[in-house]
Amino acid sequence: MSVLVYAENADGKFKKSVFEAVSYARAIADQNNTTLTAISIGNVAADELSALGQYGAHKILNVSTDKLKNFINQAYASVIAKASEAEQADVVVISNTFSGRGLAPRVAVKLGAGIADGAVSLPDTGNGKFLIKKTAFSGKAFATVELTSANKVIALIPNSYKVIENATGAKPEDFTVETNESDFKALLKEIVKSTDKVSLPDAEIVVSAGRGLKGPENWGMIEELADLLGAATACSKPVSDAGWRPHSEHVGQTGIAVSPNLYIAIGISGAIQHLAGISSSKVIVVINKDPEAPFYKVADYGIVGDAFEIVPKLIEAVKTYKASA
Amino acid sequence: MNILVCISNVPDTTTKVTFNANNTQFNTAGVQFIINPYDEIALARAIELTDGGKGAVTVIHVGEAANEPTIRKALAIGATDAVRVNAPAHDAYFVAVQIAEYVKQHPFDLILTGRESIDYNGSKVAAMLGELLDIPSVSIIKKLDVDGANGTVEREIEGGKEVLTIPLPFVAGTAEGVAEPKIPNMRGIMSARTKPLTVVEPVEVKASSEIISYETPAPRGQVKLIPADDVAKLVDLLHNEAKVI
Repeated sequence: MSVLVYAENADGKFKKSVFEAVSYARAIADQNNTTLTAISIGNVAADELSALGQYGAHKILNVSTDKLKNFINQAYASVIAKASEAEQADVVVISNTFSGRGLAPRVAVKLGAGIADGAVSLPDTGNGKFLIKKTAFSGKAFATVELTSANKVIALIPNSYKVIENATGAKPEDFTVETNESDFKALLKEIVKSTDKVSLPDAEIVVSAGRGLKGPENWGMIEELADLLGAATACSKPVSDAGWRPHSEHVGQTGIAVSPNLYIAIGISGAIQHLAGISSSKVIVVINKDPEAPFYKVADYGIVGDAFEIVPKLIEAVKTYKASA
Repeated sequence: MNILVCISNVPDTTTKVTFNANNTQFNTAGVQFIINPYDEIALARAIELTDGGKGAVTVIHVGEAANEPTIRKALAIGATDAVRVNAPAHDAYFVAVQIAEYVKQHPFDLILTGRESIDYNGSKVAAMLGELLDIPSVSIIKKLDVDGANGTVEREIEGGKEVLTIPLPFVAGTAEGVAEPKIPNMRGIMSARTKPLTVVEPVEVKASSEIISYETPAPRGQVKLIPADDVAKLVDLLHNEAKVI
């Protein structure tokens, strides 16, 4: 028995969501009096790999062959399943990222494991059961799922579990696996980075705007505020439907669900579909000129006023705060 | 080219989600069910790719007879024929096994699903199907083209996208950008009534997950309003009270 966590890298680096997953997986290992193995696939430097031991991994497996340099979910799933068997892991934890979502279900099928995707809590293992809370109805609710199989796969939502320092001193060791040629049918042609700005799913702060901005030409102040706060920009569905902003910024029930520490909604009324996508945000700020806007019912802080007056003032206030901090 | 589109029957996006039977069941009273919006994108793209006699589009749904209006809607939008696996969709694995069984007997060049269903949001069926059929799967795609025996897809990643070429057959989970959903016209609605809808019985699957209960997000406290002429106060509260900046 052990727990295995997959440490997804982005350009050879681990994001905070990886350390959250490692901390989470270590807590599960502790619940079951067992050990945690982390596995990294791709090209990650030894120093970076050792960081996995800072958050509680007892063992760090490194798979770094040229063939496995780029993420191909089919091939990576085979490697993770083999590592899981080698480590006799009965729980596998994977971050619920874009790549993780294409990977975890394949691993689950390979291992005959029940899967809890979109997990937001540690398993409740009382009475010999294995219960996990997950998001459902696109953020409008949570469901508690019982996994009844011997093997279990958990896909953990980023920013839903804290990073816990717990140094083990583990050093990376190479893990060799035989790969199947049939796992490499999909061919990566190119990776296109949209911007060097903070990406929306990773962002701890999100500045989002809606139709209240009247047109795409007015997004300059939204981007300026986001840059000042180290935030990602987002928008409501009507805005992306109108082509003012790309679909990748659309937050809501049929777009991206986000769970940042701070979500600032500007000129968005708060339709039920939009609120679904942001309900897991820790703190919500609303700026809207309509005091009856539904968004105020779910917000922590609000300023009733015109976005074109408030946002420039907010930019100045943040600048003042940053100058004094 | 024959394309299979997997469709799910979900509550309309305007649904206020509530539960009954001691929070163990989704309350369907007064709820309007629709084709999962992401599956509608998959269906629209499948119809575009086969337009002009270049192939056929079959839709498959795992669910009970009560869901047939959703299947008929897909036929009205333009699917050639439909299959319903006659069983409640217990979980994603159950659904994936049923569809994989059908595909093993009726091969397709391309299998499309939505990136996720808007009720359980698992994004699992596409990848599970890929695994069960031992073919590539790609989840959350923004663009899909087919040229001869290969598909080209753009897959969303954090802060960008990846472009992949994949030999047919493969499974893809579609998101916004792949196609605009199509609205059925009168001719489509009329013809949908007579298009073939085959009902097949499910295969047995050992369940590995059960939903035990539901809850709605904890309500937030009363919103704290800050006067429009004191914006600095908001920054102060975010720093000192909420501690998020």
